[in-house]
Amino acid sequence: MTSDVLTRPVATRAATTATPHRKPTAEVVKAKLFLFVCVLVTAFTLTPIVMMVLISFQSDAESMAATPSLWPTSWHPENYARLLDEVPFLRYLLNTFIFAGGTALLETITAALAAYAFARLEFRGRGIIFAVYLATLMIPTQVTLIPQFVMVARLQWIDTWWGMILPHAFTALGVFLLRQFFLGIPRELEEAARIDGANRWQTFTRIIVPLAVPAIATLLVFKFIQQWNNLLWPLVVSNTEATRTVAVGLQVFQDTNGTQWNLLLAAATITTVPLIILFFISQRWFVRGITMGGFGGR
Amino acid sequence: MSAATAPAPAPAPARARGSKEKVWLVAWLFLLPSFLGFAIFTVGPVIAAAVISLLDWNLFSPPTFVWFENFGRLTGDPTFWASLRNTAIFTFTSVPLSILVSLLLALLLNRGVRWITGFRSLLLLPYATITVAVSFVWMWLYIPTDGLVNRVLGLVGIDGPAWLVSDVWAMPALVFMSVWKSFGFAMVILLAGMQGIPETLYEAARVDGASAWQRFRSITLPMLSPAMFFVVVTSIIGSFQVFDQALIMTNGGPGTSTTTLVMYIYRTGFENYNQGYAAAQSLVLFAFIALITAAQFLTQRRLVHYDQ
Repeated sequence: MTSDVLTRPVATRAATTATPHRKPTAEVVKAKLFLFVCVLVTAFTLTPIVMMVLISFQSDAESMAATPSLWPTSWHPENYARLLDEVPFLRYLLNTFIFAGGTALLETITAALAAYAFARLEFRGRGIIFAVYLATLMIPTQVTLIPQFVMVARLQWIDTWWGMILPHAFTALGVFLLRQFFLGIPRELEEAARIDGANRWQTFTRIIVPLAVPAIATLLVFKFIQQWNNLLWPLVVSNTEATRTVAVGLQVFQDTNGTQWNLLLAAATITTVPLIILFFISQRWFVRGITMGGFGGR
Repeated sequence: MSAATAPAPAPAPARARGSKEKVWLVAWLFLLPSFLGFAIFTVGPVIAAAVISLLDWNLFSPPTFVWFENFGRLTGDPTFWASLRNTAIFTFTSVPLSILVSLLLALLLNRGVRWITGFRSLLLLPYATITVAVSFVWMWLYIPTDGLVNRVLGLVGIDGPAWLVSDVWAMPALVFMSVWKSFGFAMVILLAGMQGIPETLYEAARVDGASAWQRFRSITLPMLSPAMFFVVVTSIIGSFQVFDQALIMTNGGPGTSTTTLVMYIYRTGFENYNQGYAAAQSLVLFAFIALITAAQFLTQRRLVHYDQ
């Protein structure tokens, strides 16, 4: 039963049907070997993540021993309680959620509105404005880092959600991607609705947005994950626990806890697990985000 | 916003429309939230960066115009040259390695069996982690004497180096970790590219007796070149901005052996409070990215096949 599935790899289907008398055992061995290679590569790739979790359960002495052990000899889930007593990582998680969620939501909403204007509405200067949007796609965020910081400092927005969220919520990428998607939606659908008396806002909310759910969800998820990972901006704008994100929290925690590996990796686990869960839930959109083009290569 | 006051051109092709709506006004209402934010937080800062790069300014005292002094100072700054060199080394080793790894994995995983999707998502996991968090694990893996990496190397008789505390091996350690962190990105794009190659091409080649290598050389590789080009361009841009893992794992050291451009910008601007100098550095970073990207777009004509 399983061997039937295993021996039908797309790439060799033609060869298999062309030579029906070929010994099936060779195919089975090949498939087993293929499975073995897959398991080996995956195990190798996941080792760091698995070790992160394992070490976080070790005792202080074991995790700091000169020769680190791999499997915990005794399990210490209380490491997590100790960690949370010392540093409010749950608060950081909430902050990161607000930061990443706020940025993603704001970017997606404003980008969808703008993309509709660029894709469907005629107005003077449309080509030039869109060209300016496109031109900024290539500019690295570090160029705007200093001026954005100066602006946020002048506005007294250091350590506020305004300062954290607004500067990164209006990138050209979202507008560009959604415009591309909107252009692919047949105009006839809207025109039928317009004849029925729907105005632009109604065609946008009732026709375009429902049809563009895949693209919108993709942008939302990807922007969320990207900002969850953002270290540089929170590092310069967030000074206190009121807005501190997990990436910055980890960085500060490292400075004070040097090589206390079990706690360090417990902190790493606590901050990574929500993202991994989110990844599995939203994998479809995540992968689409990568292949739709343009979602960073770091 | 002078464009808003200009009369709108007639709406494209004749369309059934009862009311005389002002299209340009509607358009600007849709555009406005994004446009304002974009003008204030992206376009404004880009222009401001150019101005700030001409200033001697520490944020606290009033700025003074020094014109191109900041750029002149860059040419004689050994830390800047070191960070530029490190960033270039990082980029031009991690990107080819990462693409090689992801190409091999994409070839491995491009099969029509159902369970393969599980492996695909597991292999994408490193890409979906927080760089700061996984940097901790890699620091643990790279523990000099008896770290896991060196123990594995010991199994095959290699006496591993001190990795992050060695000025020779810290950079390769960063490169290897970054390849692990980012290969999933390229893998997904290359897989999507491979799935877009018509099976009939391979069948025809097989009928002609082409070997697996020949099929790869003359079908997969050319058909994959647009995806490959995209991966190369975006990976290089991303790698030029490397920061998180270098800050956490080595903090730029030992010495300046792993100080990257973005790290130097960060230090200049936010540890030494020299905003003008930091802005000048960021413009140089932009210039390098723009130059390399332009060079890639020029060479793609010869190397990338867009015909179907």
